[in-house]
Amino acid sequence: MTRQKRDYLWVVAFAVLVVFAVPWFLWGDSRIVAGLPLWLWWHIGWMGVASATFYAFTRGAWDRGMGVTRG
Amino acid sequence: MVSSLAVQVGVIFAYLLVALAVGLVAYRLTDRAAEDYYLASRSLGTVVLLFTTFATLLSAFTFFGGPNLAYSAGPEWILVMGLMDGILFAILWYVLGYKQWLVGRARGYVTLGEMLGDRFGSTGLRALVAGISLFWLFPYIMLQQMGAGTAIVGLTEGAIPYWAGAALITVFMVVYVAAAGLRGVAWTDTVQGLFMLGIVWVAVIWVVSAIGGPAAAYTGFDADALALGGGLYTPQYIISTAVTIAFGVAMFPQINQRFFVAKSDRVLKRSFALWPVLVVLLFVPAFMLGTWAAGLGIDVPEGANVVPILLNEYTPVWFAALVIAGAMAAMMSSSDSMLLSGSSYLTRDLYRPLVDPDASEAKEGWVARVGVGVFAVGTFVASLFQPGSLIEIGDLAFSGFAQLTLPVLVSLYWTKTTRNGMYAGIVGSQAFYVLHSLGPLSATYFGWDAALYGMILGLVLTVGVSAVTSPAPDEKQATFTDGLSAD
Repeated sequence: MTRQKRDYLWVVAFAVLVVFAVPWFLWGDSRIVAGLPLWLWWHIGWMGVASATFYAFTRGAWDRGMGVTRG
Repeated sequence: MVSSLAVQVGVIFAYLLVALAVGLVAYRLTDRAAEDYYLASRSLGTVVLLFTTFATLLSAFTFFGGPNLAYSAGPEWILVMGLMDGILFAILWYVLGYKQWLVGRARGYVTLGEMLGDRFGSTGLRALVAGISLFWLFPYIMLQQMGAGTAIVGLTEGAIPYWAGAALITVFMVVYVAAAGLRGVAWTDTVQGLFMLGIVWVAVIWVVSAIGGPAAAYTGFDADALALGGGLYTPQYIISTAVTIAFGVAMFPQINQRFFVAKSDRVLKRSFALWPVLVVLLFVPAFMLGTWAAGLGIDVPEGANVVPILLNEYTPVWFAALVIAGAMAAMMSSSDSMLLSGSSYLTRDLYRPLVDPDASEAKEGWVARVGVGVFAVGTFVASLFQPGSLIEIGDLAFSGFAQLTLPVLVSLYWTKTTRNGMYAGIVGSQAFYVLHSLGPLSATYFGWDAALYGMILGLVLTVGVSAVTSPAPDEKQATFTDGLSAD
């Protein structure tokens, strides 16, 4: 995979994080699971996914598009 | 037997005194030169940077405004916070924050206005950005004072009046900022951030065990009251609010200035990845307290806050007072960071370039301190009139700042941005937003916040006018792109 393709994948990954930060597919759902609304569990899990994605970004793609020289 | 009022006042004062002591220790370590006073010599490590930014985001809104909304309209605000702070702000942290860190490191900038003024060769632009920032800072500091005033009234059931709570926090933050500088503010932010994160969880555990599990809190709701969406929460509302606040936060003086202070890019990377987790840890428990209070049938009088009332009902007097002390501390750390950054905008971007270019360091420091005092007294007086709810005033300030973000982003990445483009984008979007928020025009169109249209207008004007004008001779187009290094 070229560098440029990987950059596009990061943009897509970030976009997915933004779009599903609100669980639109649970709109109107009122189920309570283990003491919290089901959609709140989605939020908690999604923030974990976001953290992991951001961590991977800092490891693999940091500095992209910043015009930085290292060293 | 000590009266509950004495316990409440004792706990709050003891907490504020501890915070002051931390500030004074930091003060002894602070050198008075501007770069140290405002930026702690660009030396903040991960924990301190993360918590100082985090604590700055914690405001009257987190403990009072947000739970009040969760009480009256449902807990969906947690999703707004997640999208806004957990995701959008984290991305801006990289795209805007890291870029500003690189540029600031290479060129030695301390404020946003200074950075833009130098790039576009324009003192006018520098002063404009500083002036707009101070304008929107005013309602936000007022919000903290209003929060403190209502918190004290709610806790003591009116035994201590509203104005006294607002005055207490005003005096405290002015003394604090004047004494400690960023190093002091950053240290207490860390202490306060950790304290609040801990205390809110203790509060949740306490309340949940007192009521015998969260199920008890849901029995008071209708079957579909906890369904996602409905009432206040339309998709347009959720998206508009999250976007305008996230973009607004990035331009808050105290947050934006944080982008210049990290010790190394490692610090920025770690903070970036930890951000969503912190958002969950804080906002889920704080806002669920408000929701549960509604299910438990807690009665909240008009203009009061739900959290102090809930805690007084289910936890001992000293504990409720401790949580309120933590919340006041949060407001204080928000306010003192804001005042500190505001004073650097005032002296570096307005006073020195426009009034007295040859002012001595001592004189500049004097102007900064007087400026802080005048500003804080002004917001205090305005807070006595309680011109809106905590949410309305917070939203006004955030959306005002959000108008600046897109022109700044364009300028950081697109070298063909011109001074005329910046003026058009900034003045155009600000005028549009002021007319729609403070002026007579509608606050929403088709359910979408006018602030969102203002942001788009700012983007279009910045790009469009830049495309058709050519740069003035003293613009330095390479400033934000050439010669940046990370190590």
